[in-house]
Amino acid sequence: MTNTIRLELNDVAVEYGARRVLAGVTFDLRAGETLVVAGANGSGKSSLLRVICGLQRPARGTVTIRIGAATYGPSEALQALGWVAPDLQLYRELTAIENLTFFAVVRGLRHRQEDLEALLDEVGLGGRGGDLLAAYSSGMAQRLRYAYALLHNPPILVLDEPTVTFDERGVSLVERVIARQRNHGITVIATNDPREERFGDYVLRLG
Amino acid sequence: MTARDTELSSRDPVREAPLLAAAWAVFRKDVRSELRTRYALNAVILFAASTVVALSLGMGPLTASRNADLPIIQAGLLWIAILFAAFTGLARAFVQEEEARTAAALRLAARPAAVFLGKLLFNLALLLLLVALTTVLFVIMLRVQVGNPMMLAAILLAGSLGLVAATTLIAAIIARASVKGALFAVLSFPLLAPLLVVAIQGSAAALLGRGWEYGVGPLQVLAGYTIALVVASLFLFNSVWEP
Repeated sequence: MTNTIRLELNDVAVEYGARRVLAGVTFDLRAGETLVVAGANGSGKSSLLRVICGLQRPARGTVTIRIGAATYGPSEALQALGWVAPDLQLYRELTAIENLTFFAVVRGLRHRQEDLEALLDEVGLGGRGGDLLAAYSSGMAQRLRYAYALLHNPPILVLDEPTVTFDERGVSLVERVIARQRNHGITVIATNDPREERFGDYVLRLG
Repeated sequence: MTARDTELSSRDPVREAPLLAAAWAVFRKDVRSELRTRYALNAVILFAASTVVALSLGMGPLTASRNADLPIIQAGLLWIAILFAAFTGLARAFVQEEEARTAAALRLAARPAAVFLGKLLFNLALLLLLVALTTVLFVIMLRVQVGNPMMLAAILLAGSLGLVAATTLIAAIIARASVKGALFAVLSFPLLAPLLVVAIQGSAAALLGRGWEYGVGPLQVLAGYTIALVVASLFLFNSVWEP
């Protein structure tokens, strides 16, 4: 099913009051493709990713997710989207395992404690699942964001500044995640680091 | 591919979680968070206790010898104390999500109806705790005679349900506003005025020791009010919750 997934943006514009940040972005991505959205600070990269995830309403244009013959807006296809971004915050008063358990339940995922712990191992947080998120460093918190985004194996993965706060091992994690996502879905990456353009099949330059 | 990959990749990417299970998860998460942070509990308990202490110090015991209209005055004061203590805490369920910036993670994971129902349940639990505390303090410190305690309990429960039904949606509306506290009270009061009138009259009848025939009317009104508001809120919440 995920092999037939498409992400279509048609003439998407984003405005903040009188200031137009994005004007008429259009693209069409299919499973296995990765798009890098590049641009300077304030060029609208994060806004575009938020529009794709349904977290922000565009001033104009549409975002369509096609799965097989069916079409959805982002808010109708929550299970199809995974998002990692610096402004994604999880619950600091809960532990990592409690955060993942909560999100697994509200997403209706069948899960076992071992699965969640395996996911934490995968993102480099093995053995730290019982710690409160408030006790995590910024790099650890970023790893937990990946665990949150990958929990439901989404066919569309949206990564905003994917390696921010990461050390070398963290960057390796991002490379593995993107490589794995190519096997079954779409990836959209926003970055102002020219080195990260290598992750994409296409580059969309904003600003 | 791991076993997790195989299972999750075969799932329908748009299948939604069972509503009640998701709502219950939101409720449990809020309870756990509140017990660890005391964000609303401290404010609510402090407000309830300080209001009743202020009333008792300012007015002294409200015994029957003081005024023939005492039951309605007692009922009015009790509901005002409950109302203002509720204002300090009932917006927390949504305001906390926006201020901690966890709302986006929740929007991406949970159905709006599950979020609303879970938050409604949390607000109800918080308010019932507040009502119990306020009522006990009120009765003890102002030496109020309760003629029909069961009817009073029923009116307080029905009124609390209505209060929560009215304020949970408004809490979601004001969560992204800049002047939250004042806006919450301003938007809530027109909706709550009818509930307060009925709840005060029903509570006064219970304090007087009147029979259940005097309580059925207010209970029916409060039940109808609650059902109407919960249904309306469920319809409207999508528009409030989505960006």
